[in-house]
Amino acid sequence: MATKRVQFSHSPIPYLFIVPQLAIIAVFFFWPALQALYLSFMLEDPWGLSSQFVGFENYVELFSSSEYLSTFAFTLLYSSIVTVFSLGVALVLAVKANAILRGQSTYQLLLTWVYAIAPAAAGIMAYFIFNRNIGVVPEFLNSFGWDFRPDTNSFDATAMVILVSVWKQVPVNFVFFLAGLNSISKSVREAAQMDCESDSRRFWTITFPLLAPTAFFLLVINITYAFFETFGLIDTLTQGRPGGSTTTLVYKVYQDGFIGADLGLSSAQSVVLMLLVLLLTFVQFKFIERKVHY
Amino acid sequence: MKKQIFRSIAFLGMFSSAAMATTSIEWWHGMGGNLGETVNKMAEEFNASQSDYRVVPIYKGTYEETMTAGISAFRAGEAPHIIQIFDAGAATLMNAKGAAKSVQEIMIENGYGFDIEDYVPGVRYFYGDDKGNMIGMPFNASTPVLYYNKELLAKAGVQPPKTWEEFEGIAKKLKAKGIAAFSQSHTPWIFFENFHSRHNIMMTDQNNGFSGLPKKLNYNNKHLAMHLTKMKEWKDKGYYNYYGSNWGDNQTPFEKQEVAMWFGSSGSFGGLKKSTDFDFGTTYLPYWNSVNKDAGTTFIGGAALFSMAGHSKAEYKAVAAFFDYMTKPETQYFWHKETGYVPITTAAYELAKKDGYYKANPDAEVGILQLSLDGGEWTKGYRMGFYPQTRESIYREIDRVMSDKTSVDNALKAIVKDGEKNLSRFARTVK
Repeated sequence: MATKRVQFSHSPIPYLFIVPQLAIIAVFFFWPALQALYLSFMLEDPWGLSSQFVGFENYVELFSSSEYLSTFAFTLLYSSIVTVFSLGVALVLAVKANAILRGQSTYQLLLTWVYAIAPAAAGIMAYFIFNRNIGVVPEFLNSFGWDFRPDTNSFDATAMVILVSVWKQVPVNFVFFLAGLNSISKSVREAAQMDCESDSRRFWTITFPLLAPTAFFLLVINITYAFFETFGLIDTLTQGRPGGSTTTLVYKVYQDGFIGADLGLSSAQSVVLMLLVLLLTFVQFKFIERKVHY
Repeated sequence: MKKQIFRSIAFLGMFSSAAMATTSIEWWHGMGGNLGETVNKMAEEFNASQSDYRVVPIYKGTYEETMTAGISAFRAGEAPHIIQIFDAGAATLMNAKGAAKSVQEIMIENGYGFDIEDYVPGVRYFYGDDKGNMIGMPFNASTPVLYYNKELLAKAGVQPPKTWEEFEGIAKKLKAKGIAAFSQSHTPWIFFENFHSRHNIMMTDQNNGFSGLPKKLNYNNKHLAMHLTKMKEWKDKGYYNYYGSNWGDNQTPFEKQEVAMWFGSSGSFGGLKKSTDFDFGTTYLPYWNSVNKDAGTTFIGGAALFSMAGHSKAEYKAVAAFFDYMTKPETQYFWHKETGYVPITTAAYELAKKDGYYKANPDAEVGILQLSLDGGEWTKGYRMGFYPQTRESIYREIDRVMSDKTSVDNALKAIVKDGEKNLSRFARTVK
C-alpha cells in the first residue's frame, strides 16, 4: 500500500476524544509508576510520618539477599514452564478441535469456559481439590504410592501451582489459536492437502507459520500472565510456601509491602519488575517478531 | 413550587441538625465469619444503648489487610477513628509518633476513669508503652493452649503432658498404639514468641523493645535451638505431624482424630466445640523443666483496638464512650462466651465465674488461668518493628527444617539475620 501524506487543517476534536484514555493511563499507570520509582529510593515509616533518601540502598538490599535471588530464579523458571505448556496444550487442543466435524461447538465450549474463572477463584477451587485433608487429588496420587504433600514438599507445591496456572490459561490460548486456524483460508489448506500427504509436515510448513502472529501475541500475553496474574492463584493456593519455594516476584512485592509494610523495599521490587517487563517486551519485539510473518 | 423548595430546605436543615447531634465514628476490623457477626452485634447494641454516638464497624479483611488499609487511609488523611491491629503489627503503629492516640489518654480526657489494674495481668501491658500507659485496648486477646483428645489419650493410658519432658514419654506410648501425638497451627506465635514468655527468656535488647528500639534478636539461643531440634526429632519419629504453615491444615487433623493433641489458640475453643464430635480437654502450654522449672505466663495473641490520631474532640468523646462500653463486664463476658477470647478485665472474669460459666465449661477458663500465671522480667510483651516480615522468615525456615533442607542452627541464623535487618531498617524510619 502506498502511503500518502496529505495534511488537512486539524480540528482539536480528535484530541478531545483521546483525552479520557490518556488521563486514565496517566492516573493509573504513569503516576503510580513514578510513585514507586520515588519510593524505591526512600526509607519510609509505614505511616508516612518520616522519610529519608537512601539512594540505591533498597536495590543493594534486594540483590544481596539470597531469598530475593531465588525468588527471581523461581519466577523465570515458573513463567517459562507455564508459558510453554499453556501454549503447547492449547495449540494441540485447538488443532484437534478444529479438525472435528461433528459436535465441534460442544468441544469448543467445554474447552473455553474455564476462561471465565477468576484466578483467585481458581486458586480456591484448586485448594479444595489438592488439600490433603479434604481433597481428592492427594488421595488419588497416594494410591499410586506418591506421597503428594504440597503443604510441605516444595516440588509438589510447585507442580501444583504450575498445573493450575496452565489449566487456567489454556482456554484463552485455545480461543485465539482456534480463531487463528479459522482465518487460514480454505484454498490454502486444500492446496496444501493436494501437495502433501503428511499431516504433521503440513502443520509445520503451512499451518504453524500462518499461526505465528497469533502465537507471538499469545507469547507476550502468557508471559505477562505468568508474571502478574497468577498472584491471586498463589495467594489462595500456597501463599508462596512451603519454605518460600512458590514465591514469585509479584507475590514478594505483596509480602514485603502489604504484610511487612516496608514500602521502600517493596517499591524497589516493583521497579525491578517494571524493568524486567520492559526488557522482555523489547526482546520480544526486537528479535522474535522479526521471525513472524503477518 | 417555591413553597416546595422552602419546605425541602427546611426538611434538609432538620435532617442535618439531627445528624449533627449524633457523632458517627468508624471502626475498621479484621474479624470475619462468626466473629464478624459478634462484632456487629456489639456495635448495634452500643448504638441502641444511647443516641449521642454511632459506631460503624467495617470489615477490612485479614489482620494484615486491615493494617494496610489503615496505613493507606492514614497517609491519605482519612484514617478511621478506631482500628484493630494485630499483635505482631502493633510495634509498627506504636513506634510511629503521632499515628495513634493512647487509649488511656482518651479515656481520662473524656472523664472516664482509667485504672490499668482493672485489666487482667497478662493482658495489661502488652499494648502499653514503657511507662505502663495503655496505648491500644486489648480486644480479642487469646493465648496458645494445648487441646487433647480424651479418648485417644485414654487408649494409650496417658494424661496430657505438663512438661515437654513428660511429653516425650507420652508420645512414645501413643506411637506404640499407632497414634501421632500432635500437630500445631502457628510456629512463630506458639514456639518462638510464647516459648520465650513461658520460660521467661529475653527476646530482644531494649527490654524486649519496650524501652527503646531494639537491634538484637535473641532467637539464636541454646534453649530455642534445643527445642526446635527436638521438634524435628519428634517429627522424624512420628510424634509430631507437620502439615505446613497454614493454620487450618494443622487444625483439621486434630478434628479428624489423626493426631491426639493440637496446639492452637484459646480463641479456637468455640469453633472446636462445633467442629468436633469427640470429648476434648484443654490445658496449659507445656514447658521444659530443664529450661525453667518455674515456667509462668504466656503472651496474648490476637489484636487490640487503637484510636488513630487527627480526629476532632467530639469524635474522641465518641471513641471514649465506645471503649467504655467495650470494657463493661457484661460486654466482655458476652464476647468471651461467644468467641472463646479471654475477658480482658478482672471484673468481667469475676462475672463469668459468678455466673457459673466455668463450672459448666472448665476448658473455657484455661486461657485466662494461663495468662494469670506468675510473670517474669520478659513476659510483659515484645515490641519489634517490621515483625510480620520476621514471622514470614520463621515460617519459611521452619518449612525448610522440617523438609531437611536446612539445619536448625542455620535456620535460626537466617531468622536472626532477617529479623535484625528488619529491626534496624525499622529503627531508621522512626523519628
